[in-house]
Amino acid sequence: MKTKLYAFIPLVILIVIGLFFAIELRKGPSKMPSVMINRPMPEFVLQPILEDQEPFAFSDLSGQVSLVNIFGSWCAACVVEHPVLMRLAHREGVAIYGVAWRDTAIDASNWLQKYGNPYRKIGLDAESLLAIDLGVTGAPETFLVDKSGNIRFKQVGPISNQAWEQTIKPMILLLEAEE
Amino acid sequence: MTAEIGNFTLILAFLLAIVQSTVPFLGAQTNNSRLMQLANFTAIGQLIFILIAFIALTISFVTSDFSVELVARHSHTLKPLLYKFTGVWANHEGSMLLWVAILCLYGAAVPIFGKALPDKLKALALSVQGMIATGFIGFVLFTSNPFSRLAVAPLDGNGLNPLLQDPGLAFHPPFLYLGYVGFSMAFSFCVAALIEGRVDALWARWLRPWVLAAWSFLTIGIALGSVWAYYELGWGGWWFWDPVENASLLPWLAGTALLHSIMVVERRHSLVSWTVLLGILTFSLSLIGTFLVRSGIITSVHAFANDPERGFYILVMLLLATGGALTLYALRSGKLRRGNGFKMLSKEAGLAINNILLVCATAIVFLGTFYPLFVDILSDEKITVGPPFFNLNFGYIIAVLIVFMGIGPMLKWRGDNWRSLVRPMIILASGSIIVFASIILFGKASMGAIGFALAFWLIAGTCITFSKKVQLGKRSPAQSWKLAKSLPAGVYGFVLAHLGVAVMVIGVTGMSLWAKESILMMQPQQTTELGGYTIELRDVRDLTRSNYTAETARFNLSKAGKHIGTLSSERRFYPVREMQTTEAGIFVRPTKNVYVALGQGDTERGWAIRIYVHPFVNWIWIGALLMALGGFVALADRRLRLSRKPITNTRVQQNEN
Repeated sequence: MKTKLYAFIPLVILIVIGLFFAIELRKGPSKMPSVMINRPMPEFVLQPILEDQEPFAFSDLSGQVSLVNIFGSWCAACVVEHPVLMRLAHREGVAIYGVAWRDTAIDASNWLQKYGNPYRKIGLDAESLLAIDLGVTGAPETFLVDKSGNIRFKQVGPISNQAWEQTIKPMILLLEAEE
Repeated sequence: MTAEIGNFTLILAFLLAIVQSTVPFLGAQTNNSRLMQLANFTAIGQLIFILIAFIALTISFVTSDFSVELVARHSHTLKPLLYKFTGVWANHEGSMLLWVAILCLYGAAVPIFGKALPDKLKALALSVQGMIATGFIGFVLFTSNPFSRLAVAPLDGNGLNPLLQDPGLAFHPPFLYLGYVGFSMAFSFCVAALIEGRVDALWARWLRPWVLAAWSFLTIGIALGSVWAYYELGWGGWWFWDPVENASLLPWLAGTALLHSIMVVERRHSLVSWTVLLGILTFSLSLIGTFLVRSGIITSVHAFANDPERGFYILVMLLLATGGALTLYALRSGKLRRGNGFKMLSKEAGLAINNILLVCATAIVFLGTFYPLFVDILSDEKITVGPPFFNLNFGYIIAVLIVFMGIGPMLKWRGDNWRSLVRPMIILASGSIIVFASIILFGKASMGAIGFALAFWLIAGTCITFSKKVQLGKRSPAQSWKLAKSLPAGVYGFVLAHLGVAVMVIGVTGMSLWAKESILMMQPQQTTELGGYTIELRDVRDLTRSNYTAETARFNLSKAGKHIGTLSSERRFYPVREMQTTEAGIFVRPTKNVYVALGQGDTERGWAIRIYVHPFVNWIWIGALLMALGGFVALADRRLRLSRKPITNTRVQQNEN
């Protein structure tokens, strides 16, 4: 029987691809920039975490440059990020909105009482409704939304001081200047 | 009780699949025809049991039995009846049950329609089919059981994601799976051929209709998904090169190549080992698609709930099935009879070029989809591959492919001479140049000119091929008409499918180059203009339906001062899921759609309105439907009927496509 060497090529390619798949599966969902970049923010209305507050909706974002921060009281990295958000909100006057993801109203409000509230409005997304639409891979994650409601940038993981100074702040300044 | 019956028959189907994957295989090795024939019964038995399981799950959904966990999570008493039915597969567990049901449907088709097949080939193919079924029914049973009960049944269910409450999407998965999973037939028969070390015209003649059917269903499935994305997601686009979309395009491209190469095997007994490889590849791409969607290894806007454990299971099955088949291929493809050589100018050479180009297109989509993943692992950099990469590279290849599609079908099998091509080429080239030049002059768009010229090239080429077959002009019209009536259905299938591609090219060109959009705040009675249309917001009203409440905006549409229609767009709020969706209002005309979507707003500030004018967009889906229709028409070809008689080509020599 003639067995040709090139007949093995497809098998070798499959093995390489299979290895890649297996590695990626072990690493967990990859943290790539979102495909949502430069697309409009999906429409949403999220219930507030306190009863006397108003719901957080898509319309709240229009006409200003804002950050939509996905957080959760269960999320350790969010605690790391929190002081940065507090500084941005209170010293630099950045409009930050919070989405309490996979959280409960009580846990989220206790968490905010403990660490302080940097958010103009907070929506509860216990069922991952908005998170799925946004393709969120983990918390924290922050979306930079422009005046007309388009997502322009996505920060995966905590916003570090460096990421703020070098990437997000310059982008906000540029977007503020846009009509 | 219903759920338990479902669970029980699912287990029975699993056991039958295990029997089917082993016993007939042994029978084929030992030439024991009784063991081989067992496969016929297990294949039909499996289908019956899986159907009972599927009906059981449907009953649980329709009767809103919330003690079944899946129903509680995805259904609701207030949901319209249609979506209680389709809710069965609008979730992971149910859709995997649909997947295996369709697998068993194709499996059972082998004993029902393949009575003329040689016993050994049939037994081997069915045992391969049984192995796939064992893997996937096992997957449903052990990782995604749809019949799990809840200890305490809730009063009402969670509801179905309102985005999925849509007729277009409701029927998207069944069609998609009829396509995806249908390629398992090609896979099983390719593996069986490798085990036997033999491929003949009967094999090709049997396989071609199944590949055709799977391909046609997949075409419809992809088109439905695209239509749904267009009007429901409200992004005003029809294809986003999203990983989940690409996952369905990959097997479609490979399947298109397979469809054409099988013809060469059937008619010329050439490209044999290549066709076998394509058959394996096509179904493997279906499996990769399933893996991609279910494991979530690539971020997607469609991001289904997913789970690494399930992803791992599918990956193992993917590697076992494809790895096994490719190992066999590596060891045994040399045993398959070498084909006849090609003349450079012949139909088989044209089909080979078609295959090369389609495989290149598949590779580009594959690379673009998985490149971020490869880079992520190799360098820890995060990158995305955007639509420009796909549009550019894929566009080039398809353009070249269309050039060949215009001429290839005119060629004769075995060999043709250049002289017969001169006249058609002059007609094609001069016509295309006229189209190109006039669009440059009047439309001022060079890309658009290329797109329309290509579409013309393809339409004219297809028409010339057809007129050659009916000998238009050479014989009297009456004789040509008689010839046209006696042409095999396959010829009409080819004409429809290729014209479908041309129609789609027009749609894609128009949509990519001349679409216009505008977003603005509008008060009632305010008007705006876009693309020659005047749009007036008439009023915005509230309304209530059984499962949602909505704001409805009505618009007056006029052109050149004349009222031509009214449109309405809704923003719906589904209280069960606390979720909002937008129903766009679309004014459909043959060459243009006007698309309006109502956004947030109130009486004080007005409402945010998005308006698009989309030229030729419907042609994209009409083209896809024509292609699928072509596939189904070709199925009626009597030449594809199996008989044990040796195959004679002489009678149809004249009319072969």
